[in-house]
Amino acid sequence: MLVFEKNNMTDEIEQLVNKYGKSRSSLLPILQDIQRKHKFIPDFAQQEVARLLDIHPVEVYSVITFYSFLNTKPKGRNIIRLCQTITCDLAGKENIAKAIERELGIKFGETTKDNKITLEYVNCLGMCDQGPALLVNERVYSKVTPEKAIQILNEIK
Amino acid sequence: MENKKREGSVIFSPYNRGEAIKKVVTISREDVLFEIRESKLKGRGGAGFPTATKWTLVSAAISDEKYVVCNADEGEPGTFKDRVLLLEYPELIFDGMVVAGYTIGAKKGIVYLRGEYEYMLKSLEDYLESMRKDNLLGKNICGKDGFDFDISIRLGSGAYVCGEETALIESLEGQRGEARNRPPYPVNTGYLGKPTTVNNVETFAAVSHIITKGGSWFAKFGTDKSTGAKLFSVSGDCEKPGVYELPWGTSINELLEIVGAKNTKAVQVGGASGICIPKNQFDRKLGYEDAPTGGSIIIFNESRNMLHVLKNFMEFFVEESCGQCTPCRIGNVKLLEGVEMIENSNFTFNYLNHLKELGKTMQVASKCGLGQSSPNAFLSIIENFKDEIFNNGGKNGK
Ligand SMILES: Cc1cc2nc3c(=O)[nH]c(=O)nc-3n(C[C@H](O)[C@H](O)[C@H](O)COP(=O)(O)O)c2cc1C
Ligand code: SF4
Repeated sequence: MLVFEKNNMTDEIEQLVNKYGKSRSSLLPILQDIQRKHKFIPDFAQQEVARLLDIHPVEVYSVITFYSFLNTKPKGRNIIRLCQTITCDLAGKENIAKAIERELGIKFGETTKDNKITLEYVNCLGMCDQGPALLVNERVYSKVTPEKAIQILNEIK
Repeated sequence: MENKKREGSVIFSPYNRGEAIKKVVTISREDVLFEIRESKLKGRGGAGFPTATKWTLVSAAISDEKYVVCNADEGEPGTFKDRVLLLEYPELIFDGMVVAGYTIGAKKGIVYLRGEYEYMLKSLEDYLESMRKDNLLGKNICGKDGFDFDISIRLGSGAYVCGEETALIESLEGQRGEARNRPPYPVNTGYLGKPTTVNNVETFAAVSHIITKGGSWFAKFGTDKSTGAKLFSVSGDCEKPGVYELPWGTSINELLEIVGAKNTKAVQVGGASGICIPKNQFDRKLGYEDAPTGGSIIIFNESRNMLHVLKNFMEFFVEESCGQCTPCRIGNVKLLEGVEMIENSNFTFNYLNHLKELGKTMQVASKCGLGQSSPNAFLSIIENFKDEIFNNGGKNGK
């Protein structure tokens, strides 16, 4: 990271600490905000969060690695999550997965070369009555067909 | 927001925003506990613990700070009724939380909303803001001197185990969502070590109706041990999947009829951690006496391969185990391997018997409900669908 990037990150985290309060229970909301903005939580950010909350950086790392929506490595600007749990599976998630993989030329678990999209599976999204379901960033799409899935991809910037 | 045209005589019965709060400030804490005891309401999150008992324990605990936590982590496969309540009936949930705050003497309520439901956050926050404007939250609520209570929302980050109440509290405290040893229970040592009641979204919704219409009114519905009505999240092979309010005691056959299910082979009651009920037991009744459930009903028709279903469930548990205790961390992996062995016709019956023993050990030796219930699907599917699984190598259906 460049020096000015580091300074910006420190400013940003200081603001988050002010917003949520300097306590251990603010850790998750702070990490979630960093994740939402940067799509991952860089090493430097982890150290700064630890310093400002007065906990060990390893504590921060350990929390991040527990939660599937937080990550320490960069991902695409958009994360597409396809529900893999039983009802969406029965409703044809496999066909959706194949269509998306063909269209983007990557597999689930991978990110497109231009860093635009990361594909992931996710467990039950709570849309079982309207499967197959997709979560694009924080938006849900239900009753997805292969065709509709591609349309959704095309709308992503 | 979805359309508000749902039918039901209890949870979906008419209710005016703020009604329970306005009523509760005119009665004593003891009277609230009395009504809830009368209703015989049991927690709707799955475990079915009597709500009156939980609230009595928290109100009896002596502490300057107490917390009301709404468990909106809804992650059990096949459950989505809390989604409908959160989107369409926030007044029932939040009013119920305020009632809880009044009863136990808490000033703060926290909703733990699963990360997957982040899209609801804005509308829920707006709703809370409107409650503050109407003095349904904040200081001296509804003119009741000294009754201060407010609600905030915290997001989860994609971990099913955080629905377990002690893991949820760990997560709120900024820790990994690993379940705690119990006792002590959250009613004494909960959020930040303070007495805390953790209740399911639907439990709070039921409370709002009980306060306005009375505990004995609620107890009229359902059966003796399972009072009231329950929201069922119905999905899988049927014409009309969705959320249904039905009285406890409804049989599986009746439910299948209502939702338009045909050629049904099996019904999974209680989600991945529940049990799989075969056709010859469809006269069983939904309720704490017979087939308990937090509301998840997944329907499989004749074309489905039950071994494939079981594999999907086991993959879920392998991913979602928090890894803290050995029976669950390793046990689920072994059970999944067992399913794959059957799939590849590469197993011995002796080994499968060992795996069944392992499943039973996990049920007693795991630290939290996840590992205690994850073998249910393995044990019930292998037992109830032996013929299909072993005679056809699990190859019928798709
Ligand atoms: C692995 C696991 C996941 C759970 N997930 C939820 C959940 O998503 N929502 C919920 O209300 N309860 C869930 N529970 C049950 C809670 O631990 C707790 O019993 C419940 O929130 C208490 O509320 P109630 O008494 O109103 O039912 C889960 C339990 C386990 C073991
Ligand atoms: S049973 Fe599973 S989820 Fe629960 S504490 Fe043990 S490893 Fe964690």
